[in-house]
Amino acid sequence: MAFAAFATTTSEAEQVPRRKSPVALLLLLPGILYLMLFFLTPLVSLLLTSFQAPSEFGDVGQYSYAFRWENYVQVVTDYLPHILRSFGFALIATVLALVFSYPLAYFIGVTARRWPLAQSLMLVLVIAPFFISFLLRTLAWKQILSDESFIITSLKAVALMAPDAHFTGTPAAVIFGLTYNFIPFMTLPLYTTLERLDLRYLEAGSDLYAHPVEVFRRVTIPLSMPGIVAGTLLTFIPAAGDYVNASRDFLGGPDSQMIGNVIEANFLVLQNYPAAAALSIILMTVILIIVSIYVKRAGTEELL
Amino acid sequence: MRISLGRWLLPVYAVLALLFLMVPIVYTFIFSFNDSQKSNITWRGFTLDKWLNVCNVQNGAVCEAFGNSLIIGAVATVAATALGTMIAIAIVRYRFRFRSGVSLLLFLPMATPEVVLGAGLAAQFLSVGVPKDMVTIILAHTMFCISFVVVTVKARVASLDPALEEAGRDLYGSPGQVFLRITFPLLLPGILAAALLSFALSFDDFIITNFNSGAVTTFPKYIYISASRGIPAEANVVASAVFILALVIVVSAQLSAAARAKRLAKSG
Repeated sequence: MAFAAFATTTSEAEQVPRRKSPVALLLLLPGILYLMLFFLTPLVSLLLTSFQAPSEFGDVGQYSYAFRWENYVQVVTDYLPHILRSFGFALIATVLALVFSYPLAYFIGVTARRWPLAQSLMLVLVIAPFFISFLLRTLAWKQILSDESFIITSLKAVALMAPDAHFTGTPAAVIFGLTYNFIPFMTLPLYTTLERLDLRYLEAGSDLYAHPVEVFRRVTIPLSMPGIVAGTLLTFIPAAGDYVNASRDFLGGPDSQMIGNVIEANFLVLQNYPAAAALSIILMTVILIIVSIYVKRAGTEELL
Repeated sequence: MRISLGRWLLPVYAVLALLFLMVPIVYTFIFSFNDSQKSNITWRGFTLDKWLNVCNVQNGAVCEAFGNSLIIGAVATVAATALGTMIAIAIVRYRFRFRSGVSLLLFLPMATPEVVLGAGLAAQFLSVGVPKDMVTIILAHTMFCISFVVVTVKARVASLDPALEEAGRDLYGSPGQVFLRITFPLLLPGILAAALLSFALSFDDFIITNFNSGAVTTFPKYIYISASRGIPAEANVVASAVFILALVIVVSAQLSAAARAKRLAKSG
């Protein structure tokens, strides 16, 4: 599974092979050129687009190259709540997914070790949501948690929810959707590190009269750090850029729109390409900064 | 107290957590049998009608979108698997310059939010003046699948015993023969896993597709467009059928792997 490899690349240094051959170039060239053409240059054209100015005498959606850095000032003043909301929602969803996934991954990876078949079948259940359309499962939650649904009417009947309150369309619903949809991304890397966890370390901890909580905090957690780092990144990055959950036809409402919704609207509906591009560059830059700081911090904490 | 609590708390929690993950899947499956009219929100009784006449709704819009998704998924998977496997072999086997640059170029697409990938490609197609259609979707899907193929196949190449290929060369096999008869068959499970992953990623992608599809409708895009006016139960039929197929593939792969492990343990 790709997620397994994702977890290991952060922890294990790669061995560099010694053989040198022109064959390597032939093998690399097509794929690398492809990525340069369809990944790298698009990022450059995004950057160029973000500085564009409306064409003089042009129609809606016509822009020419310029250096209008004011585009950035404009989008930040217009969409600061959306930007902050995206990272806030993604952060809360990541923490919730971690809290949800850790005990599950621990059970599958450590407790269920004696039954390999049960282990692999439980893993299939964890990735099962991937097999059904991402949009349909989000819509399914929208129906299950709608105002007329059994769950919401029961909550209202026992006065756990105000009679005129809604769940769908609120920020809580969007966070719920983000959490649900990205749980497998969290559980799988956690599983791969916990599955390899050497239980003798835990025994050593309790032999030294450490309280189980202390063993968990000082031994289990640090040893599963590669999985935690990979899982939180695999959840946080797609969650911050998501616009399906927050879309008004799905779980979102007017006060829960995220940066992805704004990028989509500006690009595909309003044809304000520079604004969409500037927001994309902001999103990517903030994520890269967060990721690099986080990986550095998590790496050093592991050594402490 | 710790022992009794620890013994039951975790298994019970795991079962509940797995059940929670299944909720929307079961819901989607059940509502594929709903005798619904235009929208599929309230339960109106059981029918097999939607399963038997999937393509009859909205002049076959669901099936057309599904077919587009299959074509895009197949082409993007073949392209990404070929390009990614070549890169994976080069990375594990050879030394070359700009190694860290290549690793970064492979890592970044996985660390970039999809909305940025989608908007970037759309901005590029716009500035070059390429009209958005099936081809642009395939180009986009191939791009984001390559990195996942490399990661998946790399692990397999690294676990390959070089002695097997040496034996082939000692027996005067040409480089082409050694690759076709030894290396490739040994890599095949990894390549197949990568291809399946690519296809799954492509088939379910919406965010990048939405930016680069123009008037072409894929299955996820069909659901997104129809969400405001109600999704017909036929969409649930397609999603449920795909789900069952994927489940059968994965479970049989797991079972055969378990059986192989058992055989190896017995003979060893």
